[in-house]
Amino acid sequence: MAIVFEKPKMLADVPLHYCPGCTHGIIHRLVAEAIEGLNVQDKAIGVAPVGCAVFAYNYFNCDMFEAAHGRAPAVATGIKRARPDNVVFTYQGDGDLASIGAAEIVHAATRGEKITVIFVNNAIYGMTGGQMAPTTLIGQKSTTSPLGRDAEKNGYPIRVSEMLATLDGPTLIQRVSVHDVKHVIEAGKAIKKAFQHQIEGRGFSLIEVLSTCPTNWGMTPKESMDWVVQKMIPQYPLGVKKEVL
Amino acid sequence: MNDRVMMKGNEAIAEAAVQAGCRCFFGYPITPQNEIPEYMSKRLPEVGGVFLQAESEVSAINMVYGAAGTGVRVMTSSSSPGISLKQEGISYLVGAELPCVIVNIVRGGPGLGSIQPAQSDYFQATRGGGHGDYNLCVFAPGTVQEAVELTQRAFDVADKYRTPVMVLGDGIIGQMMEPVRMPEYKMPQLPEKSWAATGWTEGCGRPRAVINSLYIQAAACEKHNLNIYNKMNELAKQELLFDTQMMEDADFAVVAYGTTARIALSSVRRLRAAGHKVGLIRPITLWPFPSAYIGQAAQKVKGMLAVEMSLGQMVEDVRLAANGACPVGFFGRTGGVIPGVNEIAEKVLAMKEGL
Ligand SMILES: Cc1ncc(C[n+]2csc(CCOP(=O)(O)OP(=O)(O)O)c2C)c(N)n1
Ligand code: SF4
Repeated sequence: MAIVFEKPKMLADVPLHYCPGCTHGIIHRLVAEAIEGLNVQDKAIGVAPVGCAVFAYNYFNCDMFEAAHGRAPAVATGIKRARPDNVVFTYQGDGDLASIGAAEIVHAATRGEKITVIFVNNAIYGMTGGQMAPTTLIGQKSTTSPLGRDAEKNGYPIRVSEMLATLDGPTLIQRVSVHDVKHVIEAGKAIKKAFQHQIEGRGFSLIEVLSTCPTNWGMTPKESMDWVVQKMIPQYPLGVKKEVL
Repeated sequence: MNDRVMMKGNEAIAEAAVQAGCRCFFGYPITPQNEIPEYMSKRLPEVGGVFLQAESEVSAINMVYGAAGTGVRVMTSSSSPGISLKQEGISYLVGAELPCVIVNIVRGGPGLGSIQPAQSDYFQATRGGGHGDYNLCVFAPGTVQEAVELTQRAFDVADKYRTPVMVLGDGIIGQMMEPVRMPEYKMPQLPEKSWAATGWTEGCGRPRAVINSLYIQAAACEKHNLNIYNKMNELAKQELLFDTQMMEDADFAVVAYGTTARIALSSVRRLRAAGHKVGLIRPITLWPFPSAYIGQAAQKVKGMLAVEMSLGQMVEDVRLAANGACPVGFFGRTGGVIPGVNEIAEKVLAMKEGL
């Protein structure tokens, strides 16, 4: 009998701590499959963020770092500069990357650091219990914007991919979603392509993945997937924002 | 390289680091330490190393964290305001047990302060500086030659104990030109860096590397902190350095470190010439601090005067060490003002008279 599905070896055989219906788990699998598919597991060094994915160092079955909140791109820079032959990636949430770590990501991108960034945008601070993120939508309720995000008071959500695509350093910036099978497959291809950019020494690559947080959005998993389609994608349009071949 | 050459302190520190095998440097410009990154930017590529100007001190120290985690010898340097920004990273380096060398060429503070020499970052350096339960090993050179030797030693101590180590120089040490002899650097026997992240496969002979400071269970975090504490106690026993001058028959001691100790030594010589039995105690490691020696000396002398380019920081350690055995006075200048030889001598005389 042919095996049609196997857990990638790049994922450690331990239970993930993510909430039911959270898409962090799917994104982990896509990253693991991409690294395994490119046969670079032995060269991979990952950097986990501060956020719900903080324990990613227990899940990715390769050498791993845990970075301070927002600093993963700087840590990855240090690793990659010291060991240019390794395949270095960060896995970061939107609070981590777009708020406290805004400087680090912009400068890693503009330097064209040959690293791959997996940017998980769930429009909220998951780990700390649902506070407003820089990516929280206008009108979206959070524990620190209880009446909904108000542009007058809180400013506007950041489109990270579009912003970074204006820089010369990146060679691949793409936004994907994992709300249905078709999109999961597309996201997987994008992530693999991002690693290819690094392996071929082209430049900085970042894949922004729209992700769910049913727990802090106060929705069922199904409602969350629908919310991604109805609310998030209009604000964060999918597609390749920049690609240098 | 056995001839003496004239070198600025900052450049001598940088060259010493390169000769000790430092192959990565990440920094951000700030006066009065700019000669270190400038020197590194041309020197490191010559030896196949990496120089990178970071976007901030926050990023620089996190780049250090990344590089240190792969096992290379790595350094960063800055001055007071920049070192404040590095504190988050230093705390993580301690927690993740990563070796590196951090140079602080201290200037006047608080805030933007001044760009002249100061010693007002003593508390920040020796008490940890960042959050959490830790102390940092700190070397305080008194001459450019000593800055060279201590920088190299800092790399060895960092690797031996898997801990960040700070070289704390004041602006004079950084800016002063002095004759220096670059020692022939020989790396001591050090433990293998089998913990380093270099890429892993099942059965490659070491466990998967996880460079991390998160211990989510209180009991696990306590155990981890105690491991670091015990290791640092061992460091404190093995690596303590201090110098004494004319203490054999002294009935009064001046305690000072770095450039201040040099000025104080002139004051002590002047007082000796006038018949006063004054000696000098110069801590070279600020943490560990020569508490035991100062405690014994306090039993013999009638008084001590701590002299600093600050409003009184190291003096607290001197008082703790003396533990009431003799009075401990303080004299300091702040904000980048350097104490004079006469000023210090007068303070000693005034204190001696009052005893
Ligand atoms: C310096 C610092 N500030 C704040 C925190 C608290 N904190 C932990 S996770 C987090 C937000 C994470 O949100 P995000 O990056 O969006 O990831 P998610 O949890 O949603 O996956 C914050 C603010 C911290 N650990 N360190
Ligand atoms: S809090 Fe949100 S982001 Fe975090 S694991 Fe739960 S659902 Fe996922």
